[in-house]
Amino acid sequence: MSLRTPLSEAKGLGSAKEGAGHWWLQRLTAIALIPLVIWLAFAVAMLGDASYETVLAWLETPYVAVLLILLVAATFYHTQLGLQVIVEDYVHGWLKIVTLILINFLCIVFAVAGIVALLKIFL
Amino acid sequence: MANLERPLSPHLGIYKWPLAMAISILHRITGVALTIGAVLMVAIFIAVASDPEYYEWIRGYLTNKIGKTFLILWTFALFLHLFNGIRHLFWDAGYGFEKSTTTKSGVWVIIVTFILTIAVWGAAYYCTNV
Repeated sequence: MSLRTPLSEAKGLGSAKEGAGHWWLQRLTAIALIPLVIWLAFAVAMLGDASYETVLAWLETPYVAVLLILLVAATFYHTQLGLQVIVEDYVHGWLKIVTLILINFLCIVFAVAGIVALLKIFL
Repeated sequence: MANLERPLSPHLGIYKWPLAMAISILHRITGVALTIGAVLMVAIFIAVASDPEYYEWIRGYLTNKIGKTFLILWTFALFLHLFNGIRHLFWDAGYGFEKSTTTKSGVWVIIVTFILTIAVWGAAYYCTNV
């Protein structure tokens, strides 16, 4: 989605890079996470003894698997965007590039690992 | 790089911390803390997917006193980041920019964070003991 005004595009004004894309995705993932995170906190709290059997049975429930996969995806996307902003503020030079690449890769690794684990349990 | 001749803003340490500033900084700190929590969550999913013993090993650490303290802090961080995030969304939409409103909304973020943290742990204790 573009948040640019038609006039700014016609005049060729605005960001030379991704511009509002980062900002917009940070908000989009934030909005998605509001219901998911509130649900997760209470659902986990009400798991009772949290024994292996209880947790396994919970994770095997179809709607739980769907919501958790969405949550993992949104969480690590939001995390990547958020950490990027912090790094851009405090880290400079080549270390900034290295840190940003590392954050990008790690967020993808954890998101994929989480989703694969959830699918393995569910399927 | 920076032109050192220009006047510099006073160092952070000189300010009296207004609520808005404290919450703003906490938003970042809780964000980083929650990253660690998210990685732990994935570790738990992997544990359940691979080996019950691995799950029990993680569970052992999370159910002792230190583990529980961390879980309570994570719950608090989660709700603080969540509700302050909602506050940010209101600002993005153009609402609540007056100084008195930002202070009020900041106080509400903290109150709701405490209420929901207590509610989650109340639910946890109720459900464990029944």
